[in-house]
Amino acid sequence: MAEVLFQAESLKRYFKSGKTSVKALDGVSFQIYRGETLSLVGESGCGKTTCARTILGIYEPTDGSVLWDGKEVSALSRKERTAFRRENQMIFQDPYACLDPRMTVAMSIEEGMRRHFSYSMAERRSKTEELLETVGLTAEFASRFPHELSGGQRQRVGIARALALEPRFLACDEPIAALDVSIQAQIINLLMRLQKERGLTYLMISHDLTMVRHISDRVAVMYLGSIVEIADTEALYEKPLHPYTQALFSAIPKAEPDSDWLKERLQLTGEIPDPGHVPPGCNFAPRCPYASERCRQAAPPLTEQEQGHFVACWETQA
Amino acid sequence: MGELLNVKNLSVTFSAYNGEVKAVRGVSFTVYEGETLAMVGESGCGKSVTAKAILRLLERSSATVSSNSVVEFEGKNLLTLSGKELNQIRGNAIGMVFQDAMASLNPTMTIGNQIIETIRSHKKLGKREASKRACELLELVELPEPQALLRRYPHELSGGQRQRVMIAMALSCDPKLLIADEPTTALDVTIQAQILELLQRLQKRLAMSVLLITHDLGIVAGVADGVQVMYGGSLIEKGTAQDIFCSPKHPYTAALLTAIPRRSMERRSDLYALPGTPPDLRLALDCCPFAARCKYAMPICKKQMPEETGETPGHSCRCWLQHPMAPRVALNGGEAGG
Repeated sequence: MAEVLFQAESLKRYFKSGKTSVKALDGVSFQIYRGETLSLVGESGCGKTTCARTILGIYEPTDGSVLWDGKEVSALSRKERTAFRRENQMIFQDPYACLDPRMTVAMSIEEGMRRHFSYSMAERRSKTEELLETVGLTAEFASRFPHELSGGQRQRVGIARALALEPRFLACDEPIAALDVSIQAQIINLLMRLQKERGLTYLMISHDLTMVRHISDRVAVMYLGSIVEIADTEALYEKPLHPYTQALFSAIPKAEPDSDWLKERLQLTGEIPDPGHVPPGCNFAPRCPYASERCRQAAPPLTEQEQGHFVACWETQA
Repeated sequence: MGELLNVKNLSVTFSAYNGEVKAVRGVSFTVYEGETLAMVGESGCGKSVTAKAILRLLERSSATVSSNSVVEFEGKNLLTLSGKELNQIRGNAIGMVFQDAMASLNPTMTIGNQIIETIRSHKKLGKREASKRACELLELVELPEPQALLRRYPHELSGGQRQRVMIAMALSCDPKLLIADEPTTALDVTIQAQILELLQRLQKRLAMSVLLITHDLGIVAGVADGVQVMYGGSLIEKGTAQDIFCSPKHPYTAALLTAIPRRSMERRSDLYALPGTPPDLRLALDCCPFAARCKYAMPICKKQMPEETGETPGHSCRCWLQHPMAPRVALNGGEAGG
């Protein structure tokens, strides 16, 4: 699976907020390989969603570049851009907000098809019904409105809408965060099945670290707009190298009655600094239990510690 | 351990435009002194409504608490107290922390004034003394620079800090019972762990009981002494954390536990997903509320609600599978295998 689908090169995205500029994405570089599931994890405000949206061209990068199949996304021709938009789709967190309340399920699903394919009305209708069955709904849902559906059903419609364009890549932004545990498992199973059947590539954004471990090939950990560690899932969970990753993973609640995860975890002091006023040096230094003078002066680069395991920390490079 | 709070047969009905929603259906449980009792369930199962009904915080125009419900706190039935008597208990002997701290704090008042207001409404303290007490409380919940914080407004704090302020307010009158309704749901994992640990430390230090309401089975392990699982407005299983996690008896509890991926599972293998969705609470549901989604459902399950039964003391369950003549099944999840 060495074929690279997306390549981000020191990608930056800043947002102006009054006089300050919030560095939502501050120079991240990574690849997404064809057919894999890469997960972005991190706490709220760390830039996960901005990263996905910048990759998909929803946000213009402030600096840096995104290569798609080796082509610079910002320099795609008109025709290529249309293909880019069709092949790369997104699933959103809030199934209540991502569907137009005035459109029936069929209208939502068919909207993209009208733009990208020259199907007849009958073809569109039969495609829609097929898609609804694929995502575990029935053809009867076609004429319903979003308010008649439950959260899990809406999320399925969101997935069907994305699949309507026959994409190769799906960016899933917290697809299960708004759902109940029993419904989460349904949606995750659906996404895994679709990936197997259609050879999809996923960029998964989630703060549910247990689920991420279950579904990902590789995981990237973000903190304040930077990737601090990226590695194969098992390597990362078995042996996290960055202190932030260690703290994050040790804070995962464990559903075992005797576990003392609360006491045994690596504790962090303080909270995430305001992304508008990030201190110099390593972003994580103010909360890091191992921070030294060097960490407060210069930001560590992301370097390969072991095969495929990249970390941005001075301490691990000693 | 003595009994602190005794809820008996609590039922709450909401009148909506399209029918009566029976949100809580005859719930009974006991909170003992000094324990942490966790109430777990999915959204809409009635856990928050139960908590609010205990303190009579439900809107009187839409919610009706049935007349045979009893909420006994230190021998007094909270449901029949006068407003004045109730106010002496609310925020005093029973404190409450809500999920969304930003919505629970007054955005136009400083943190200090809000805490002082709470203290002075229950205790005869001068402004200066109350302010000193507020400062102590902020120290108690481990907030840095409490003096400066008293003059700040809620929007100037982070989510974790706001939740700490909420806890400080709830603790302002040394409550015997703290009801925490999803106190960490809106927070990130590292902050969540901090808040849970703080709650645990404070509970020991102040020797209070905690009723922790959450949808996340994960945070319950290692925090709660007792766990009770709610589904469709009824309590379906009660037990110690050990009971619930290691030998769940109700198929729903077992399903909840298997819906979370485990270390022992092969990566990318299918998770056990419960089919269907939770029941419509407008329906009468004289049967087991879980019957429609249960893979072990028998004809009786769809006819009649099972009684609460338990072989081991403290671990009880409402399920027909517990009937002595019911077939023995190995539930998926827990040590029962599956």
